[in-house]
Amino acid sequence: MNKIVANADDAIKDISDGAVLMLGGFGLCGIPENCITALVKKGIKNLTCISNNAGVDDFGIGLMLQQKQVKKMISSYVGENAEFERQLLSGELEVELIPQGTLATRCMAAGFGMPAIFTPAGVGTEVAKGKEIRNFNGKDYLLEYAFNADFAIVKAWKGDTHGNLIYKETARNFNPLMAMGGRITIAEVEELVPAGKLDPNNIHTPGIYVHRIFQGINYQKRIEQKTVRPKN
Amino acid sequence: MALTKEQIAQRIARELRDGYYVNLGIGIPTLVANYIPGGMNVVLQSENGLLGMGPFPFDGEEDPDLINAGKQTITTVPGSAFFDSALSFGMIRAGKVDLTVLGAMEVSERGDIANWKIPGKMVKGMGGAMDLVASARNIIVAMMHTNPKGESKLLPECSLPLTGVHCVKKIVSDLAVLAVTDEGFKLLERAPGVSVEEIKSKTAGKLVVEGGIPAMEF
Repeated sequence: MNKIVANADDAIKDISDGAVLMLGGFGLCGIPENCITALVKKGIKNLTCISNNAGVDDFGIGLMLQQKQVKKMISSYVGENAEFERQLLSGELEVELIPQGTLATRCMAAGFGMPAIFTPAGVGTEVAKGKEIRNFNGKDYLLEYAFNADFAIVKAWKGDTHGNLIYKETARNFNPLMAMGGRITIAEVEELVPAGKLDPNNIHTPGIYVHRIFQGINYQKRIEQKTVRPKN
Repeated sequence: MALTKEQIAQRIARELRDGYYVNLGIGIPTLVANYIPGGMNVVLQSENGLLGMGPFPFDGEEDPDLINAGKQTITTVPGSAFFDSALSFGMIRAGKVDLTVLGAMEVSERGDIANWKIPGKMVKGMGGAMDLVASARNIIVAMMHTNPKGESKLLPECSLPLTGVHCVKKIVSDLAVLAVTDEGFKLLERAPGVSVEEIKSKTAGKLVVEGGIPAMEF
């Protein structure tokens, strides 16, 4: 078993124009910084990105938007980002907004081998347009399909050579769900250790879901909304 | 006098009960955390994957891996738990969260809520709001009674795109506390010094007034 790749460039080398990507993270928390940098460097285009958010102007997926690499975003909340807004209003960028829980669960369904889920989120709203509705026990639910992504790109705190992953705090967010949901899953980790070094009781993503893993470098971990209280 | 945002939060905090799991939305709802009665054990859920959200960190102690759903740096309290986004919305969908407090642009007399989209303006998305309103057992809306033009935000029907239908149970505005009932908005309390007549004139949806309406006390 050899899942180790040298770096981000190696990990993404076969991602090509038009690919459908899942990108982990919530805001700028727990995003795969190294792989995003490599995708920008590679310059591939017409990407569909499934990600809760779209980064900010000069970080995260915002870097890919600047290079006009993204054809479509599938997200729950976007627009902390002027270039995003410009591309959206000019029609260069397509955006599909879906409820956050639906987004998470459609990733999960892909990793659970389930083609679809039923959720009440969006019933009676424009999100329900054209979707099948089923009534269970007196309540309406929308049929939502599992995602079908070519690659999932996630960031973990610790990982081992078998691809087992552990996330830190709220940097977990969408990462384990996307790790499960990609046809090929690439994990970048802050600390890569030999198999056997992580406590099996604490693994969040079992390595069976992970195809490539590498130790990331130079993490910036930018804070989007630094909010503090005074010490006194 | 109409309530301040702080007072709206303070009034909503009186709806909390010991042992509640609570999700607080962005804006006024976030302020409710400042008024949890002393000795009461309330666990705050942040839908990006945390139960047991604590106050903002001290300057210099912020942790980029620890944020709330508004992407602000936060802390945890003893007994907290982290989880992924599917589990987070799983517990919401399954009705495990006792109370959800969120803001609104409009609420209808049937309890429909609109708070995510204004046609013609940049649409940022619904985030977790549609999931929360579709499943929460008890939803309280914190809002201003009227918009900056003085037009009622409590309507017979919402004019903006909906976030969810038949879901709001109670509203705490700067003028009043109202329950959403089969008959319409039922006036429960009024802000100190605000008359029932003023509330009537600023409520476009059907307003039910029965007996004397007490003023809130602070």
